[in-house]
Amino acid sequence: MGVVIIADKCTGCKLCLASCPYAAIDMVADVATLNNKCTDCSACLDSCKVGAIIFEGTRREREGVDLSQFRDVWVVAEQREANLMRVSRELLGKGRDLASTRGYRLCSVLMGTGVRHLADELFEHGADVVYLAEAEELSRYRTGPYSRVLSELIIEHRPEIVIFGATTIGRDLAPRVANRIQTGLTADCTKLEIDKESGALLQTRPAFGGNIMATILCPRSRPQMATVRPGVMTVPEREAGRRGELIEKEVKLRRADLSTEIVKIVKGERRHVNLEEARVIIAGGRGLGGPQKFALIEELAALLGGEVGASRAAVDSGWIDSSHQVGQTGKTVRPKLYIACGISGAIQHLAGMQSAELIVSINKDPDAPIHRIADFAVAGDLNKIVPALIEELKSKGAGATA
Amino acid sequence: MRIIVPIKQVPNTNDVKIDPKTGTLIREGVDSIVNPEDLNAIETALELKDRLGGEVIALSMGPPQAADALKEVVAMGADEAYLLTDRALAGADTLATAYSLSRAIMKIGDFDLIICGRQAIDGDTAQVGPQLAEFLKVPQVTYVCKVEVEEDSVLAERHLEDGFETVKAKMPALLTVMREANRPRYPSMSGIRRACREKQVHKWLAADFDAEPWRIGFDGSPTWVKTTFTPPPKAPGKTVQGTPRDVARDLVKTFTEKNLL
Repeated sequence: MGVVIIADKCTGCKLCLASCPYAAIDMVADVATLNNKCTDCSACLDSCKVGAIIFEGTRREREGVDLSQFRDVWVVAEQREANLMRVSRELLGKGRDLASTRGYRLCSVLMGTGVRHLADELFEHGADVVYLAEAEELSRYRTGPYSRVLSELIIEHRPEIVIFGATTIGRDLAPRVANRIQTGLTADCTKLEIDKESGALLQTRPAFGGNIMATILCPRSRPQMATVRPGVMTVPEREAGRRGELIEKEVKLRRADLSTEIVKIVKGERRHVNLEEARVIIAGGRGLGGPQKFALIEELAALLGGEVGASRAAVDSGWIDSSHQVGQTGKTVRPKLYIACGISGAIQHLAGMQSAELIVSINKDPDAPIHRIADFAVAGDLNKIVPALIEELKSKGAGATA
Repeated sequence: MRIIVPIKQVPNTNDVKIDPKTGTLIREGVDSIVNPEDLNAIETALELKDRLGGEVIALSMGPPQAADALKEVVAMGADEAYLLTDRALAGADTLATAYSLSRAIMKIGDFDLIICGRQAIDGDTAQVGPQLAEFLKVPQVTYVCKVEVEEDSVLAERHLEDGFETVKAKMPALLTVMREANRPRYPSMSGIRRACREKQVHKWLAADFDAEPWRIGFDGSPTWVKTTFTPPPKAPGKTVQGTPRDVARDLVKTFTEKNLL
């Protein structure tokens, strides 16, 4: 039987129509009626305030759900204080790939206050369409207003794929929206491609603390949603002057959407080191012998414009704060350059940094596992190598702008 | 205050090794632990209980041995523990998991706060918290490091990439907390005695908490795992030889070539 609308109880309020991601509900003589697009996703069940929608028995047997009404690839643009975040440009690059393969348009959703000018930047990075939603309540990210606007847009326009940056915003917003429209979401993808046979989105991401990679599918529901790790996809060439279609979305919020308030904002004061966005990381481990040696690491990091990382051993010994920890229980990083000093290379550390583009290992033990994954392995004493590096960099004028 | 804390028993992925011959995970001999950030969630709840009174209820969905994880947090100070254990719940993705947890919570009753760990170290998705908040139709605050309660609202300090913000949410609300939030307490002797002798873990089947069969487990999961594989090993690198000066020069030359300076 599946989802059933009890006609006698229906008051014709149409709340269920607004909740259906498949446009499967029509008003027939002022009564909500299911059409053949229903997939039993159950997103409508909670929307009915008079208990007129129930689920009976088992899910309907279907030959295959008709998902062809879902088209276009959407990138949910992330802006903070009217600045477009880099990850949005990266996503447009990947989005263009996916859209071209599917033969669809690339669209972007832009939400905020005073952000209209960012639409041009989105067009110039490849968006064919920008859905713009502006309202005072959207000035700073909050789950309630943003999830309301985005869910309504998705239900109205039925994209096939929606991608977000896996940031503190994306990873707060995407699951809330995926749940509202009862579809699948994959977190922190490092690879996205279209399956040649089925046309489905193949979403690949690390799991098990980074020890394995998993490829995920969302075969029965639409849209297919994913958050994508920043710093992985490539920013496309910017085509100055390129424009597309700007569609304005009216913002109508309900009281429940406004149940949170931001009462204090502290910027710039980085309570926690931002290792995930760092281009260069110099990390210290047990081989440093003590907290004082981190001063050397800091100096090297400053010269290379990088951040200081640490192994779990160094953190557990109390030599440095846990916010610098790289590894499975610390942070997973993907910098262009990672220099590991006095780190042996236990697997849980590797899990956090093995995807760095260029890895240099400095450890006087020639058998240390870290050397095996390094691009440049130095079996030498870091107390001699690091100062030599510092001197060489200074002589080359490095750090002048650091 | 009535606080519900969903927890998960996970393999200690710190200790997981890769079999060099087959390239697959060696899961034998790997300990099962309470997901680390769930311990931070329990600690946050217990600190609030210490300050404001009330009860902390732990909840988990998993195979029968997950009861051990629940006993551990009862030993830390949780007052009640519920285990949702049923074959029909297996194979659940985050949506089906959040659905199951939400039905159980509705059965457990009213709450002021739900406190979750930010993410589990096996799935690494950080999705169940927000999805649970949506099922329960309560406000959510994620990436929380500090919590205060002010009358009928919670003040949660949320850590962002470039700073932090304090979000005020009307209770009932859901928070997801990070490792940096606190240092989870060790169970006390009396706590361990209580967990082993007095407190029973309530075990529920799907039917016990009114979970609709098509929305749980594998059937209720919109996402499926197609394949898993171990990341290919990196191509072997170069050993840099010579005096420290030579090494430094070589490396800086490479950095320059790669536009890292």
